[in-house]
Amino acid sequence: MKIIEAENLKKDYNGFSAVKGVNFHINRGEIFGFLGPNGAGKTTTINMLTGLARISGGRVKLLGEDYTRNHKKAQAMMGIVPDESNLYEELNGWENLCFCGALYGMERDRREKRARELLEQFGLEDASSKPFKAYSKGMKRKLTIAAGIIHEPEILFLDEPTTGIDVAFARQIRNLIVDLHDRGTTIFLTTHYIEEAERLCERLAFIVEGEIVREGTVEELMREAQGENIVNFTLGGDFNEVKKEFKAVFPDYGYRIGRDSVISVHSPEAFSLLPLVQFFEERGLPVYEAKIARPSLEEVFVKVTGIELKKMQNQKEGRG
Amino acid sequence: MKTWIAFANILMKDMRNYYLKPPNISWGLIFPVAWTLMFFLRSPVAVEVRDLLPGVISLSILFGTTSMLAVTITFERKSRSFERLLLAPISLNLLMLAKTSGAIIFGMVNAFIPVVFAAFLTSLQGINWLMVLTSVIFIAITSTFLGLFIAVSVSQVFEAQTFSNFFRFPMIFLCGLFIPLQDLPVFLQPLSYALPLTYGADILKTAVNDNGIIPVPLSFLVLLAFSALLFAYSIYNVNRKWIS
Ligand SMILES: Nc1ncnc2c1ncn2[C@@H]1O[C@H](COP(=O)(O)OP(=O)(O)O)[C@@H](O)[C@H]1O
Ligand SMILES: [Mg+2]
Repeated sequence: MKIIEAENLKKDYNGFSAVKGVNFHINRGEIFGFLGPNGAGKTTTINMLTGLARISGGRVKLLGEDYTRNHKKAQAMMGIVPDESNLYEELNGWENLCFCGALYGMERDRREKRARELLEQFGLEDASSKPFKAYSKGMKRKLTIAAGIIHEPEILFLDEPTTGIDVAFARQIRNLIVDLHDRGTTIFLTTHYIEEAERLCERLAFIVEGEIVREGTVEELMREAQGENIVNFTLGGDFNEVKKEFKAVFPDYGYRIGRDSVISVHSPEAFSLLPLVQFFEERGLPVYEAKIARPSLEEVFVKVTGIELKKMQNQKEGRG
Repeated sequence: MKTWIAFANILMKDMRNYYLKPPNISWGLIFPVAWTLMFFLRSPVAVEVRDLLPGVISLSILFGTTSMLAVTITFERKSRSFERLLLAPISLNLLMLAKTSGAIIFGMVNAFIPVVFAAFLTSLQGINWLMVLTSVIFIAITSTFLGLFIAVSVSQVFEAQTFSNFFRFPMIFLCGLFIPLQDLPVFLQPLSYALPLTYGADILKTAVNDNGIIPVPLSFLVLLAFSALLFAYSIYNVNRKWIS
C-alpha cells in the first residue's frame, strides 16, 4: 500500500530548477531512501512533502489523497527530522520532547509517558534535564529524532540522519532506525552515504541534479548493474593444469586467473555451482571457497550516475 | 481540543522561556519605568501627571510588545526552531495568534506600570477604568501585530530592533502623546492620523481626562482595522517568505 506518492514533483527557485519533476512512492512500512550528492534536491523534496516548501509543479498524495495545496491534515501523520537539529536551545531534553508532543495535540499524560519512554530508548535519561545547547552533536541528533516520533507518526522523514555525527553515534542512530522500522514506522530517509543506503533501505532512488536517475529495491538496482555472473573459486592446486579440459567441459564459461589460486569464472547466464565444484574435485583440486561476486551498490551508483564516490564525500565535507 | 493543546503550550513556552526570564522582564519593564520617571518626575504639578498618563501608557505597551516579538519570532526563525511550528498540524492563523498572545498579555501588564506610579503622585479619581482597560487591550493587540509585521519582514534580530525603532520613535512625537495633534505642523498631521497609536492614545485621553479629540467608537474601529490588516499582511508574508 502506497503511503506517499509524488507525481511529477517540481521545485523552482527563481528560475533555478532544484527538483525537476520527480515521480516516486513510498510503501507503508518500508524504509525508502534518496541517495544523492549534496545539492541534488533531497532536502527540497522533503520540504515539499512536509509543507516547508511551496510546490512549483506536480502533486503529492498521502494514502491516495491529494494534499498538494493543504499540508495541515497530512502533517498530523508525519514526523520530521531535519538535517540540522532545530529544537529549543534553552529547553532541556524533557521539555523539548513534551513541547513537541503538545504541538501534535497530545494530552499531558500521554506526552509525558512517551517522553519518558523515548529518553530511555534513546539512552538520554541522564541528559534529560540538561539544556539542549549543552548536548553533543550526536545527542542532539538523537533527541531530534525522538522529538520527531513522540506523536507516533505514520511516516518519519529523516534528512541525512548520520551526517556530521561521529561513528559510534551514527551506529546507534542506524540501530534506532532499524528498530523503528521493526515497529512498523514507514521511513523516508535521505543520505549521501552509499553504504548507509545499502544497509538500511529496502527501496532506493538515486537522485542527481533534481532528477531521479534510477529507482528500485536494492536487489533490483544491483541486478541491473550486474552484466554477468561471477563466481570466485579458491582452489588447493594449480588451475593451469586443467585449463584445457575446463574449456572443453564448460564452453560457455569464461575464466580469469587471479592471485592466490583464485580463479574467477564468469558467465552471462546464471550458474549451477555443483558441476564446477565436481569438476575441480575430481581432478584433485580441492575447492576451499566458492564465492558469488556481487557488484556493490557503490559500483551500481557510479555506473548509473557517473559520479565518483570520492567526489560525493568531498563535497559534503567541504561544506562544513 | 487538540489544537487548543498546541496553542496553550506555545503560549506557555514563550511565557516561561522569554517573558518571565529575568533579562527580558527587565527589558520589558525598563521602557515603561524609564518613560514614567522621565515624564512624571520632572512635572511636580499633579495635573500634569494625569495629562501625561495616556501617552506613557501607550508607549509602555508599544515598546514592550514590539521588543518581544523581535525575540519570540525573529530569533526562533533564525535558529530554525520556528520550522517546527510551521510543520505542526495547526493552522498558520492559530500559530501566529499563539505566538503573539504572550506579547499582548505582556503589553497589557506593561500598561499598568505607569498607572501604579501615577497613583503615588496624583489622584486617579474620575478615570473611566473600563474604557482604559478596553483601550489597553486594543492598543496591545494593535502594537503586537505591528511588531509581528516588523518581525516577519526582516530576517535578523537586530534588523527587527532597528526597523521597530523606525516606527516607534516617530510615533512618540506624531501620535499626540505629548504634543497635542492640533499643535503639530499641518503637513505632519495626515501622518499622525495614519498611525494606529494616535487613536489608541486618544481613547486613553478621553478615558483619563476626557480630552480626546477623536470619537471613541471611531478610534476603536480604526484600531481594529489596523490589527486586522497588520495580522493579515503578516500571515501573507509568512506564507510567501517562510514557506518558500
Ligand atoms: N531557498 C533556496 N533558494 C534557492 N536555491 C535553493 C534553496 N534551497 C535549495 N536551493 C538549491 O536547490 C538545490 C537542491 O538543494 P537541496 O535540496 O538542499 O539539496 P540536498 O538536500 O540534496 O543537498 C541546490 O542547488 C540548492 O542550492
Ligand atoms: Mg540536504
